[in-house]
Amino acid sequence: MTTIVTPRGTSPSLTGFTIPLTAALGGFFGLLAGSANDMVLAGLVAGAAIGAATAWVLARFLPDRRRGKWATAAVYALGGLLSGGTTGLVAGGVIGLVMGWFALWLHSGRYRAGVPVYATPLQVLWHNSYLFICGLIFFFLIAPIIVVIPLSFNAEEFFTFTPKMLALDPEGYSLRHYRDFFTNPDWQQALRNSVRIAPAATLLSVSLGTLAAIGLSRPHVPFRRAIMAILISPMIVPLIISAAGMYFFYSRIGLQGTYAGVVLAHAALGIPFVIITVTATLVGFDESLTRASASMGAGPVRTFFRVQMPLILPGVISGALFAFITSFDEVVVVLFVGSAGQKTLPWQMFTGLREQISPTILAVATILVTLSILLLTTVELLRRRSERLRGMSPG
Amino acid sequence: MKRKILLATAAATAIGGAAFAASHGMMSNKLVLVSWGGAYQNSQVKAYAEPYKAMHPKVEIIWDESSAEAVAKLRAMNEAGNITWDVVDVVASDAIRLCDEGLAMEIDHDKMLAPAPDGTPASEDFGELIVSECFIPQIVYSTTFGYRTDVAEWGGKEPDDVCDVFDLETFPGKRSLEKRPINNLEWALYCDGVAKEDIYDVLETEEGQARAFAKLDTIKDQVIWWSAGADTPQLLADGEVVIGSTYNGRLFDLIVNQKQPVKMLWDMQVFDLDGWIIPNGLPEDRLARALDFVYFATDTQRLADQAKYISYGPARKSSAPLVPDHMKPHMPTDPENAKNTLLYNYEWWADYRDDLDAKFQAWLAK
Repeated sequence: MTTIVTPRGTSPSLTGFTIPLTAALGGFFGLLAGSANDMVLAGLVAGAAIGAATAWVLARFLPDRRRGKWATAAVYALGGLLSGGTTGLVAGGVIGLVMGWFALWLHSGRYRAGVPVYATPLQVLWHNSYLFICGLIFFFLIAPIIVVIPLSFNAEEFFTFTPKMLALDPEGYSLRHYRDFFTNPDWQQALRNSVRIAPAATLLSVSLGTLAAIGLSRPHVPFRRAIMAILISPMIVPLIISAAGMYFFYSRIGLQGTYAGVVLAHAALGIPFVIITVTATLVGFDESLTRASASMGAGPVRTFFRVQMPLILPGVISGALFAFITSFDEVVVVLFVGSAGQKTLPWQMFTGLREQISPTILAVATILVTLSILLLTTVELLRRRSERLRGMSPG
Repeated sequence: MKRKILLATAAATAIGGAAFAASHGMMSNKLVLVSWGGAYQNSQVKAYAEPYKAMHPKVEIIWDESSAEAVAKLRAMNEAGNITWDVVDVVASDAIRLCDEGLAMEIDHDKMLAPAPDGTPASEDFGELIVSECFIPQIVYSTTFGYRTDVAEWGGKEPDDVCDVFDLETFPGKRSLEKRPINNLEWALYCDGVAKEDIYDVLETEEGQARAFAKLDTIKDQVIWWSAGADTPQLLADGEVVIGSTYNGRLFDLIVNQKQPVKMLWDMQVFDLDGWIIPNGLPEDRLARALDFVYFATDTQRLADQAKYISYGPARKSSAPLVPDHMKPHMPTDPENAKNTLLYNYEWWADYRDDLDAKFQAWLAK
């Protein structure tokens, strides 16, 4: 025990702490590599031995963290190259980087950096496990999206990392699926429909949602909570229920399978987002400003556009972006309310995935992910700007 | 000779089509066709829709890839009183169900479809493939196996018998099978030593069913279950499975167009039919357009044209000689491939489907 509780800056025991833990991590990597080649036990043992050796060599001869990390990566990458070609080079490099960092992180005592000096070993362990679990959750959320991106540059017709791709051979990569997306009439029709439907639905949700939010923020409106709950309900009711209901209702009144029907349905889904974001900005809105405006002779409409609107604009815009993404990503309702003439991008992706697993879907997914990241970044920047304007956060 | 038939067909189509259109007054200029997407729908676009569009430039043809849920969607449309589809491509068993429920229109095959170039009426030309009053047959396809040719563990041996799928000793590796009892139970019994003609008799009994499931149990932990026709080609291309069942046209695409190291195993392929139905309750003008399209799209030449693009056999006897020679070896109906086959038994499955579906799902979950 005494070996673990070391003050910052001095090294913990090499044989009792750093080497066994690094060996365990090495064993884990060895296990992964071994199970891929049907040599589980051999992989485990070899990985542990290599891990122990790495820790010992680094602690003895290269205790500098940055240099040690990259030196390990280089050695492992070389080993990978000799045993598994280009794929081995990349894998070896990554594993080496992790191993080198891990060994020296332990050896240098940096693993205690985030906790107070008086923390017990268990507290240190918990602190680091906590960080590790957070990292793992992040990894599991992001990994499926990250995997899609290189696959979309596949030169073949399948969702497969071909040997050529793994060897980083330029021939294994191509833009053919992007080309297919931009030239195939089905995809182009779907893109056109999405681009026609989403802005119209957004415009409708923003106008109605903003008005509703302003109305509901006035204290004299009766049944405010009940009305709010009804307006928010499309967010809470399972989508498939809304979709089935809309299908039968719209069929009766002749809106099913029309452009207007899909726009209306998507607007209904987008309104809750606008109401929520605009209501949030209205909380910080000073009502005396509207009274001041009225006292100077401005009518309610003028007051709204000149005084209120500029102040709640960030909320309106972020609501609009959410409404836009909802319509742009939505597949369930459009499958019900739309007909083949209103086929949107998500619809095309859905049928494409089911009937024909073509990487064009991955190319489209990559484009959409990029678009979503851009939109959400905009939302975040606007939110920060709004907080800064209201003095809620410094600079 | 071939040229003559072609000309005759063209002439017959033109006259027949015109006469039909004239007798039906106004025709809608919008046509919604429902099909399966993928390579199959492409073959229909090339063989039927593009030439039809060339003849009627004003007609707007919209494709909907919803055949997989055609029955459910037609039921909902019927309930909502709003039929948005004009011509729907379905498998024969779905056509039978839709016909029984009154959702599909009954067809007078001799009046509504083109005769063969030699004058044989349509009902004779299609023959026994007209399995329902509402069904307009298009193609014969089969569900069969494909296997990878580069499996090291097989030591150079290649499967040539459907029972090799059950032979984990000689042909180790993962298999992919469809996630439903149909075909799998038949293959299992056949490979358990039941004679082909007795399969359905045995499968009617509890013991027979148990026997089929027991046979499937022997490979269960090596099976990846598929539900979309595109799954097995993807799994085979990945090397994730070494042998798998799917529709023969998908395997054709995988082998010939995508050039993957895969071969066909035709033994005990199960034949099935696919064709058009027209929903009941279409307004006059849309019905006229739908009938006009179907008359054109199911004539002898058009069915043979489709076989240029995908390896499914045309449903008309008169189309067979017109199939291009280079496609013949890929057809499920080619004598070389059809040495040992099974015809999907619609009537039997109509009676036992629900029961065996439930048993199959229970078995899967075990």
